[in-house]
Amino acid sequence: MSNTSRLRQRRSRWHAVTFVAMVGAFLMLGSPAMADEVGEDEPFKISGNVKLDGQPLEDVRLTVTGNGVDLEVETDAEGQWRAGVPERDAYTVTLDEETLPEGIAVVDETGEDETPNEKEVEIGPGGRVTMNFFIGEGERNTVSFVDQLVSRSIDGVNFGLMLGLAAVGISLVFGTTGLSNFAHAEMVTFGAVIALLLGVTMSLPMWIAIPLTVVVSAAFGWALDAGLWKPLRRRGLGIVQLMIVSIGLSLALRYVFQFFIGGGTLQLPGSNAAQIQLFGNVQLSWIDLASMGISILVIIGFAAWLMLSKIGKATRAVSDNASLAAASGIDVDRVVRIVWIVAAAMAGLSGVLYAYFRPGIKWDMGAQILLLVFAAVTLGGLGTAFGALIGAIIVGVMVEISGLWIPSDLKYVGALGILILVLLFRPQGILGRRERIG
Amino acid sequence: MDWLTIFGNTASSLISPATLGYALAAIGLAVHFGFAGLLNMGIAAYMAIGAYGYAISILTFGLPWWAGVLIAMACSVLFSLVLGIPTLRLRGDYLAIVTIAAAEIVRLLFLSTTFDEYTGSADGLSGYHASFRESNPLPEGTYGFGPWEYTANGWWVRIVGILLVALALLIVWAIMRSPWGRVLRGIREDEDAVRSLGKNVFSYKMQALILGGVFGSLGGIVYALPSSVNPGVYVTSLTFFVWTALLLGGAATIFGPVLGAVLYWVVQTLLSNILPALVTAGILPFMSTSQAQTLRFILVGVALMLLVIFRPQGILGNKKELTFVK
Repeated sequence: MSNTSRLRQRRSRWHAVTFVAMVGAFLMLGSPAMADEVGEDEPFKISGNVKLDGQPLEDVRLTVTGNGVDLEVETDAEGQWRAGVPERDAYTVTLDEETLPEGIAVVDETGEDETPNEKEVEIGPGGRVTMNFFIGEGERNTVSFVDQLVSRSIDGVNFGLMLGLAAVGISLVFGTTGLSNFAHAEMVTFGAVIALLLGVTMSLPMWIAIPLTVVVSAAFGWALDAGLWKPLRRRGLGIVQLMIVSIGLSLALRYVFQFFIGGGTLQLPGSNAAQIQLFGNVQLSWIDLASMGISILVIIGFAAWLMLSKIGKATRAVSDNASLAAASGIDVDRVVRIVWIVAAAMAGLSGVLYAYFRPGIKWDMGAQILLLVFAAVTLGGLGTAFGALIGAIIVGVMVEISGLWIPSDLKYVGALGILILVLLFRPQGILGRRERIG
Repeated sequence: MDWLTIFGNTASSLISPATLGYALAAIGLAVHFGFAGLLNMGIAAYMAIGAYGYAISILTFGLPWWAGVLIAMACSVLFSLVLGIPTLRLRGDYLAIVTIAAAEIVRLLFLSTTFDEYTGSADGLSGYHASFRESNPLPEGTYGFGPWEYTANGWWVRIVGILLVALALLIVWAIMRSPWGRVLRGIREDEDAVRSLGKNVFSYKMQALILGGVFGSLGGIVYALPSSVNPGVYVTSLTFFVWTALLLGGAATIFGPVLGAVLYWVVQTLLSNILPALVTAGILPFMSTSQAQTLRFILVGVALMLLVIFRPQGILGNKKELTFVK
């Protein structure tokens, strides 16, 4: 199936080639700039024109990716488009040839570029850049459906494993304390921010910075339990009150991060690692591979801890029935404290991996995936650790694959829709027990 | 520091459209949570539906502004039905997660470029004021005194907002002392007890969700009435801010939501004026003015935590009346 798409010969010579003129300067001259624009509030602009023989092409879709942005923009009636981006850096602009009229493609004059519809741009000193594509009659450079499916599935598994690290923790905390912890999102961001502090501000090598981050995150989990949650449990606050406290904590922490790192996107070292061509159309950087490897190792280690160790057994007992566990001589407070430490450590690691996956660190990055984590936990069954993991992988893969059919800016909608559907048809989730419904 | 401007802005926020919008949304949330015990974390979606319903009716379908208000209310009823039918039987904390997810779905749909023609995607919507301003009975000019000096259009927005808040208060006051309201409070305290009396709990919850949702959508309209509909507003933080306002005033009280919204905005406006001024004056030397603006939201989060822990019934509430039902 991929054969046709791999033929990337361009018969540009045979056809009129239209130079796609750039509009940056032209826009600044105050022409009626009605171009479709996304990311309007961002400081830096990438813009362009898509024309064929001087005729504007409308509704051509372009995507701008890099530095944690994934924007989709369409040309307007004048064939113009504009996208705002947060950082002065390099971005990849891809013109979706599916949206060009029949028989038209982006052509490459030099004959050397295999994918002329994909271009790197760098924001210039003026804070804007214009991007030219040569449009002519020619063969399209598209990726076959199966290739896309495979490559997106792998991305999805990577994303899912990362969600899983966070979901397992949220699920354990819920299982042992009954708290739906909204501040878990900030524990994810905390990991990324600490990695930034250690790896960038203090310039430690990342192989030291990441394990240290996990340790600091674990300490953060301990501090949260000792300083906040344990006293509140002592006060006898109800679970709804506790949940709203966690919402307040989530808000406060989120803006504390913004206070320190600002509103922009920051990068960890190595986040621009080169892509390695694996098989078919699958490209991954060594960071992606390492990220998956680390996630899998940590999850296996966690599973072994939960199933085999004495404290793991105690955790499952508390999760099952806290009073009965206490009556059998298990120190519930101690188990809960360990659960907070483990959950926070895994959330912190997940934050580091997410910072590479996005890529970029932003003050509200955890909040962006919190609902996906909740969706994963609900799908798997609230309070079950392995259910949460399965749910996370399903959600991760679904988010990535759904981009094949629905616009990329709606890809989270499907996962959130799952949440509601699961509640309709199987409120206890895949592995959960039927006690959650009132 | 220019104390006059600082206090002028703060006083002006007493009746700003944002305050009135929050007050209406908080009244809606009081019906949901305070009286019916429904943990609705999706009030931002109701506000978005109100604002977009109003703006799209006018911009896309060319309807007059009052028809836009009616359509926005109808849309919120529809949303309540779609949201409520699958989820109202869920336990509290679960309902919270579902409503917050539903609110995100609504926001992402409005934000998506797919429906750009109607929603303006990331740009939002603006320029829907003509019909509303035509209906303004006040002659051109500026009215008022001191910090409360606004144009005729500015007053018209505030008058409509205040009338809507008053109407909502009247409705909530009347309905909560009726037998219907007592059943609702009964459901909050003990759902099973009410069910055993032969009441249809689901139906009562649904009616409460619809009523509060209509107030929420009106809040969204008033919030967007003077300026524009900006999709960046309807994020989950908006829900949390309205919750903070509600819990501040008192969730299970009639006037609590309004008091909470007014206090919330007065304090926010005061801080947003005073903190950067303190930074500029060198009194807070360790931060920048933008960090000073961020500090206000940190304080909102801390305030929400402290409120729930130490005074869950709010300023006006009665400790016996609002127990967070377990």
